[in-house]
This record gives sequence, structure tokens and C-alpha cells, in this order.
Amino acid sequence: MLLRKVFVAVFLLFSVFGCSAQLLDSKPTISIWHWMTDRDPAFQELAKKYETLTGIKINFELYAPSDVYKQKVRAAAQGVNLPDVFGILGEKSDLASFVKAGHVLDLTANMEANNNSWKNSFFSKALAVNEFGPQNSYGINQGIFGVPVDIMTIQMVYNKKLLAQLGLNPDRPPKTLPEFLDAGAKIQAAGMQGLVSGWGELWMIDCLANNYAFNIMGKDKVLATIKGEVAYTDPDWIRVFAIFKQMKDSGILAQGLVTMINKSAEQLFANEKAVFAFNGSWCVNVYKGMNVNLEYGAMLPPEASERFPMAIWGGAGSSFMVNARSKHKEEAVKFLTWLTDEDQQAYLASATNNLPANRNSLSKIPEKLAQFARGMDYATHPNVWGVSESSLVVDAFGQGIQSIIIGEKTPEQVAAEVQKIKERELARQRAR
Amino acid sequence: MKIRDTLENYVFVLPAVVIFSIFYIIPFIWVFQLGLFEWDGISFTKVFVGLANYKEIFFLDHSWWQSIWNAGYITLIALTFQNILAFMLAWACDREIRLKNFYRVIFFIPPVLSEVVVGMVWRFIINDVEGANMINRMLAGAGFPNLMHHWLSDPKTVLTTVAIVHCWKGFGWGFLIFLAGLQTIPHQIYESARVDGANAWQSLKKITFPLMIPVMVLVGILTVLGSMQAFALILGLVGGEFAGHTSVPVLRILAAMRSSSPRFGYACAQGISFGMILVVISFIQYRFSRKGQ
Repeated sequence: MLLRKVFVAVFLLFSVFGCSAQLLDSKPTISIWHWMTDRDPAFQELAKKYETLTGIKINFELYAPSDVYKQKVRAAAQGVNLPDVFGILGEKSDLASFVKAGHVLDLTANMEANNNSWKNSFFSKALAVNEFGPQNSYGINQGIFGVPVDIMTIQMVYNKKLLAQLGLNPDRPPKTLPEFLDAGAKIQAAGMQGLVSGWGELWMIDCLANNYAFNIMGKDKVLATIKGEVAYTDPDWIRVFAIFKQMKDSGILAQGLVTMINKSAEQLFANEKAVFAFNGSWCVNVYKGMNVNLEYGAMLPPEASERFPMAIWGGAGSSFMVNARSKHKEEAVKFLTWLTDEDQQAYLASATNNLPANRNSLSKIPEKLAQFARGMDYATHPNVWGVSESSLVVDAFGQGIQSIIIGEKTPEQVAAEVQKIKERELARQRAR
Repeated sequence: MKIRDTLENYVFVLPAVVIFSIFYIIPFIWVFQLGLFEWDGISFTKVFVGLANYKEIFFLDHSWWQSIWNAGYITLIALTFQNILAFMLAWACDREIRLKNFYRVIFFIPPVLSEVVVGMVWRFIINDVEGANMINRMLAGAGFPNLMHHWLSDPKTVLTTVAIVHCWKGFGWGFLIFLAGLQTIPHQIYESARVDGANAWQSLKKITFPLMIPVMVLVGILTVLGSMQAFALILGLVGGEFAGHTSVPVLRILAAMRSSSPRFGYACAQGISFGMILVVISFIQYRFSRKGQ
């Protein structure tokens, strides 16, 4: 009996104080889920600053690793239990699924308010990942559904000291493919290692090959190939494959590159054992951790053609979406507007070594980051192409280039093999 | 009373049946069902294609069969080199030798290490550019500089190198099971044989081998299942499929699920086909061993 009385008393006490706290505190708490372990301390710091400024508490909740986070967000979406703000890890089709299910707020009106001021503050290509155009293939209404927090680009980096040792100008790295291949001969003569990258993992080969495909034949022809209108045996594609043979023959590629994982490539470059690396902008943070004195610069992959501009992969590194069902969506949008403002973006960039999504903050960030960010003008990404290549074709493409590098197959053989698989995939799609 | 007993028995086995169904039977049926569809793993719509995925696997996908061949090669080396080594070490440790408990612990360390860690460590040991290049240095130091080689980046040696590292990683399991099997053989049998004038080789051939056949079958089946499904070690060592030279079935299944246009249904069909191949191999192994016994 006594126990029952105590229980009731405690229950009432909690109810009364719980309710009164709710009533007294009119400022909402914005809950944000994310997976970015490296950015969490900076987020927490900004949350404190925002609370001081506005009185609104921002609760950043970290769920890592990213696989766990991905599952958590999906489960919460299924249970209609998402927080006020969240990120979606995955492809554009994943974002489309969330939008279709009514989980994501359309931010177009906010972005376009005050003469597009918020929208124009971002790199346009960073926004593209979260944007659906008119009559898009995903069947989503036109609009902007996410806020890019930071961006990334994948480019080449070069070691200034080693370049000088080779007799090359460290302030003017190779701009064209012939210049790059010439450097290969010098590197070989000096007994150095040339280009390192995670080419054991196929996607980085796919990335560089696509950069050259855009440079040689232009975006339209690349997309036409994915649609099945142009064959991989087209002379332009053979030229793309042949670039890898030229690189191999020139000695620019490091020994064992085709079985190299990116972590090893990063170690080699950071330890000044390789002259060039092909890596994403995340490397700024990695190199800083491995060798704080490393002097390097970022450059676009050397052009193989003057017909079309060189393209690199890039876009929004991570984005936040506002829960369309949140009670505090207005406050959430206001916070994201503040978070992506110049000063906050510059702070995030300096604290985490990620590239800011706000183009106006470039002057306030370290030069090593700024040079990667400037590459955004050349950025593209499969996520914004609207068409995607079959996984089996992508796989054959990457493995084929590996075969060219080890001298096992010619560019023509690889082109024929990739096309054979492409035709099989097209036949399968037609049969559907 | 009899009905009550029967019901009671069913109640006792019910939790096991439920758990088995949830974690084994239902997923298996689901994967089999998905293998009959064209599905990207995300969208709500699945297109029924019947056995088309299986037809593609068996008659059109050469890279799949290349991966089976590669896994078969690794398995063959594991079945011979790894298991012979494991048996010999277990036989040695079963005898009265000094520090035998120390050896037992040492031999069991590789299997408890993560495959990815083993891959990275061996990559450092073998690799010329990135690592300490210990193997080549040892070869040069031993007077065989002509045997120095790019073990991981040469397509002719990469699969054998992967297989040997896989054996190093896996022989401890075989060692442990063989040792347990050897310890079940009564010592009186060996003593009787010795009294009858049998030497060590004769004891091994006439007593140990015949009595160890069931254990060898078990180790053989486990080796086949473990080696055919190896993939994390390969990712750690060479980062992936290396132009098809280190391609194995699990990596092919992952490849089908990768990229922005994944084929989840096809990957499920690959999984089922691979499972069937493993069942058939294990069954043949079992039948042969029964005949042998």
C-alpha cells in the first residue's frame, strides 16, 4: 500500500514538474541526427553559440558508423519518427523515396526568398544533389529538398617539393596530358613513384575515366552511352581507355597501383613517397593528420583534349533535410540558414577541414581547402546525371582499365568486352 | 494425458523452431523469392522475371564462373597445403614435446584475428611500394635475389599469394580440430602397436589416419565452406577483384549490389546459386568420405 502511494506521488510530481517545464520553456529544442563523427565537436560548438544567440536549443545527436546511421534513419522513416532535421546517406534515388513518402520539406520557397539570397550563397553544384528539376526521372515535383552543409571534389594533388626536385615548376603543375606523361619519364628516371590512388577499389578508376570521358567527348555523349545510344567501342571511348595505357607506358603510375587501397595511397603521398595522388578533398584532413608539414597543391586532371572542359566529380559532401512533419520546421529552417551562413561555414571548414558549401566563405578558409573548393566550377557527379549505368557495366569498365594498366588487354579489347556486357544489360532492360 | 504430453513437447521445441524460422528459413525463402525478380533494392516495384537471373548467371555471366574458379583454386590450396600443415602441427603437438601448450596458443592466434587486419598486415609484409617488403628482403638475404617479385601486383602470382595468406589465417582452426580428434584416440592402441613392433610411420598410417577420417571430413567441409566464401581478406590485400584475378563469388555478389543502379534480384540469385554449389560440393565430400570409411 505504501509502495503504491509512493509510486503515485512520484508520478504526480514528475507529471506536474514535467508539464510546468514544458509550459515555462516556450523555446523549442531542435533535434538533429547525423553520422559525421569528425564534425560532431564543431556542430556542438555551433549549437551552443546558436542557443546563446536565440535561446533555441539545438540537440545534435551523433549515430555512427554511417551504416548504423543509415539503418536508423530508414527505420525512423518507416515508423514516422524522424527528428526535426536529419541527413540521408545514399543515392539521389534514396532522397526521392523519402520525398515521395512525405518525410522531407520542400525548401524552395525559403531558398528563393529575398531574391534567392540563400540559394545563391551555395555552389550551384552542391545544391544540385538535393534539387529535382522539372519532369525529373524520379517523378518528384520540382524543388530543393536539402541544405548542403559541406562539399567535396575529387582531384589530383601534387607534392611541391618532389616536383621541384624533378626540375618542374611547383607553382605550375602539368596542365595537359602530354606534360603529365613527360613528368612520368622524369619520375621514372629519378626512381620516384608517380601517381598513387585507391585503384584497387574500382570506383576511383571509374571516376578518373569519367573525368576524361567528359573532357574528350562531352557530357551529352557520355550520357548517351549510358542510355545505350553510343557504344563503348566508339573511338572516343577507346581514346579514354588508351589514356590509361599511355599513363602506364610513361611510367607516371606508381608500382602496384591497381591493387592499391586509398588508405595506402594516402600514406604514400603524405610520407612524400609519391609525386601525384588522385584523391577527394577529404584528403586535406587526412594529410594534415599524417604529415603536418606536407607541401602540396591541388590540380585538375591534366587535359587530354581541348574540345570539352575537364570535369571532376564533386558536389554536396553532406546535406541536412528538414522533417516535413516536424512541429518546429520553421525554427529548423532558420537554424540551417544560420548554419550555412558565411561565418559558420568558415568555422566548420577550419575546424573540420571540409570544404564549405557556401561559396562566399572561400576567402575565410585556409588556401589548401580553397583550392579544392575552386574545383567546384568543374564539378559533376553521377547523382545529378539523371541516368545511371548498370552495376555490372561499371564493374567491367573498372576491371577492364585495371587489365589495361597491367598490360593484359588492349583498350580495344576492353571496349569490346564492356560493350558486350552493356548490350546484355540493354537487352535485359528491353525485355522488362 | 498423451495429448497434453505431445503439446508440452511442442511447446518446448517451439522457441527453437521460431528462432530457426525467423533467422534461417524465412530469410532463405525471401532471398530465393527476390532472385526471381528484377529489383534495385530500393524502389517499391519489383518486376517478376522468373528464372531469367539464373539463366544469366549460368549461361552468360563469364565473370561469375571466373570467380568460382578462383575461389576453387584458393579452396584447393587450403584443402591440401593448409590442412596438411594443420594436421602435421596437431600431430606434433599431440606428442610429448616441450612448450606444446605455447605452440597451441601461437597456432591459434591467426584465426582469431580479423580478416581485414590480416589482409592489411600481410599487404605491408609483401608489398614493395607501400610496405616493409619483408618477403623480398628475406629472399635476397637468403641468396635468392632472382626470386624477388611483385607478388600482389602480378596477375600470375596474386591469387596464389592470396591463397597462401588465407591458409596462414585459417590453418589454426584445422589444427585445433585435428588436435581434439587426435586426443580422442586411446593411447593404449599406440602402445599395443609399439609392443607389436610398429614404428611411428606405421602407427600413423594404420591407426591415426583411419581413426581420423571423420575429423578430416569435418575439417575438409569447413575448409571448403570457409575458403569458397573468403572475401574480406582479399579486400584487405588487393582492394578488390584486381582485373578479375582475385574475383571470388562474394565479391561478384557485392559488385551486383554496388553503384547507383544496383541489381539486387540478380545478387540474390547469385547467392542462391552459390549456396547450391556449396551444398553439392559438401554432399559429394560427405558421400566420398562415407565410401572411404
